[in-house]
Amino acid sequence: MGEILKTINLTKNFGGLSAVVDVNFVVKKGDLQSIIGPNGAGKSTFFKLITGELEPTRGQIIFFNKDITSLPQTAISHLGIAVSYQITNIFPMLTVFENVRVAVQSRKTTFNLWSKAISHKEFVEQTRHILEQINLSDFKDEIAANLSHGHQKRLEIGIALATQPKLLLLDEPTAGLSPMETRQTIELIKKIAQDLTIILVEHKMKVVMEVSDRITVLHYGKLLAQGTPDEIRNNEEVRRVYLGGVKI
Amino acid sequence: MIGRLTMKETGIGETFGLGNRELRVEKVGWWQRLVELVSRNPLVFIFIFFIIFPFVVPYKALATQIIIWGLFALGYNVCLGYTGMLSFGHAAYFGIGAYTAGIVLIRLWQNIWFSLLCGLLMGGITAFILGYLCIKRRGIYFAMLTLAFAQLLYFVGFQWVDLTGGDNGLRNIPAVPLSIFGLSINIYTPLRFYFFVLVFVASSLLAINRILQSPFGHVLQAVRENDQRAKSCGYETSNVRWMAFVISGAISGLAGGLYALYLHFVGIESLYWTTSGQVVMMTLLGGMGSFIGPFIGAGVFLYIEDTLSVITPNWMIFLGPVFVLCVLFFPAGIWGTIKDLSTRRRK
Ligand SMILES: Nc1ncnc2c1ncn2[C@@H]1O[C@H](COP(=O)(O)OP(=O)(O)O)[C@@H](O)[C@H]1O
Ligand SMILES: [Mg+2]
Repeated sequence: MGEILKTINLTKNFGGLSAVVDVNFVVKKGDLQSIIGPNGAGKSTFFKLITGELEPTRGQIIFFNKDITSLPQTAISHLGIAVSYQITNIFPMLTVFENVRVAVQSRKTTFNLWSKAISHKEFVEQTRHILEQINLSDFKDEIAANLSHGHQKRLEIGIALATQPKLLLLDEPTAGLSPMETRQTIELIKKIAQDLTIILVEHKMKVVMEVSDRITVLHYGKLLAQGTPDEIRNNEEVRRVYLGGVKI
Repeated sequence: MIGRLTMKETGIGETFGLGNRELRVEKVGWWQRLVELVSRNPLVFIFIFFIIFPFVVPYKALATQIIIWGLFALGYNVCLGYTGMLSFGHAAYFGIGAYTAGIVLIRLWQNIWFSLLCGLLMGGITAFILGYLCIKRRGIYFAMLTLAFAQLLYFVGFQWVDLTGGDNGLRNIPAVPLSIFGLSINIYTPLRFYFFVLVFVASSLLAINRILQSPFGHVLQAVRENDQRAKSCGYETSNVRWMAFVISGAISGLAGGLYALYLHFVGIESLYWTTSGQVVMMTLLGGMGSFIGPFIGAGVFLYIEDTLSVITPNWMIFLGPVFVLCVLFFPAGIWGTIKDLSTRRRK
């Protein structure tokens, strides 16, 4: 199948620090591609380059054969790239329902001043559907700030899903979750991966090995290795620098 | 049994979707039910209250003054409370609205509707232009820019004596009768003028209520809550804030126009930073989370001013501490605090 996203020599420097260095990266349509690497490897920065939150120092980003390198963040969102952030980034004092609803609405209208938001049935329907997917229907009227960390993490994914992306970036969706919650999030990821292309950043190797079609390893901003889970598992260099020599 | 059911999560064992929930029944006092009723249907209660209002204040002109400033604070609150932008320069839109309405009546056309429409439009247009220049900045930079532009307008107003009367203010705004359906009505008795103003206040309330419930209104709140996330959802947040600023400026301009008609005069201080400060104080005093807050803030502020200014010209010395105490101990404002108290769950 075709390439959905491609980066060519993508580089980001913060002053003297090179967070991402000449990364050539490809995601195929329908794949779940993971990125692993130690803290500070540049994974989150790489995501922010793709979403247009940060401007690359050098290099190109191609999405569906279109150069999106210098497009503003909002335009990239409308082309169909969404991100679920590592650090929970929700609308704290709005209800869970409204958190998702306002993200759903973003695909259709901003400056509609006169109709009632709640009367837009299609937004409400889609919101219900997403709340069911992320299993937060029971909490729909709760203020988002009052949710537990685990629920906030899932809401975070829900907001990203609500913008109906073609490519979904998940930045450590299971960070800080209990084993039980991690399990639920994995099931959720597997489910949405059926009809969505996903790039996943994740530290829990078991999760990565279980869900990924392909894995990319970043190390100090550089691409260290790419391959199927089995190839990565057996890669000597990866094991040395990242897996600490442990066999998994 | 009169009571309210509250659900409380008990935490720890809470798992997927269904948590342990505990039902409890609370005794609810009459005032708590009243507060709840009011915050459910704020418009109904505001309207009922406003009809009684002029008959319960010491004199009717005070009621008029309170609802005009309340309208100004309501417009200001579209900026502060609903979009999260702290402007220190709203005197600009209020003052421009006042001068525009006055100048139209003196020089252009002696029609009250038209003069107020011009006040509203000029408030909006001024906010459109100044908003464009300020909106890219956030927080304190935004506040300082709005203040600087408002002061700039103040000096223009001060210097342009031919148009504004400068330091002497814009005098002799004619008391034009109101023309409606071919009738010509004298509105300049205190009670009539109050209800005349109330028509505009009520319409603005309905309009703003409508806007806040619209898809755009919801985006405003998303932008207030998390600008960066709203952007990542694809919203052009600076345009959203700009639009809110224009709506806020237009309402402030309308309030200014009404104030000019009320006084038959526009003083240069309407453009001065103290006017901006006053509307900030009223909004914070009343509470910025709701419709009712700004009106309560305006009421309390003006009532205290009215009472104390008879005793001493330095009434601000007394109002200042009230404001400081309020912000320190009741950050949600008067109405916010009343609401919190009435819904506080027993621990
Ligand atoms: N906005 C920024 N300014 C300066 N340095 C940054 C910024 N964001 C990230 N960095 C640095 O870039 C490196 C990569 O960070 P990050 O992309 O967050 O890594 P990861 O997500 O892989 O843990 C780190 O050394 C981090 O300190
Ligand atoms: Mg990271």
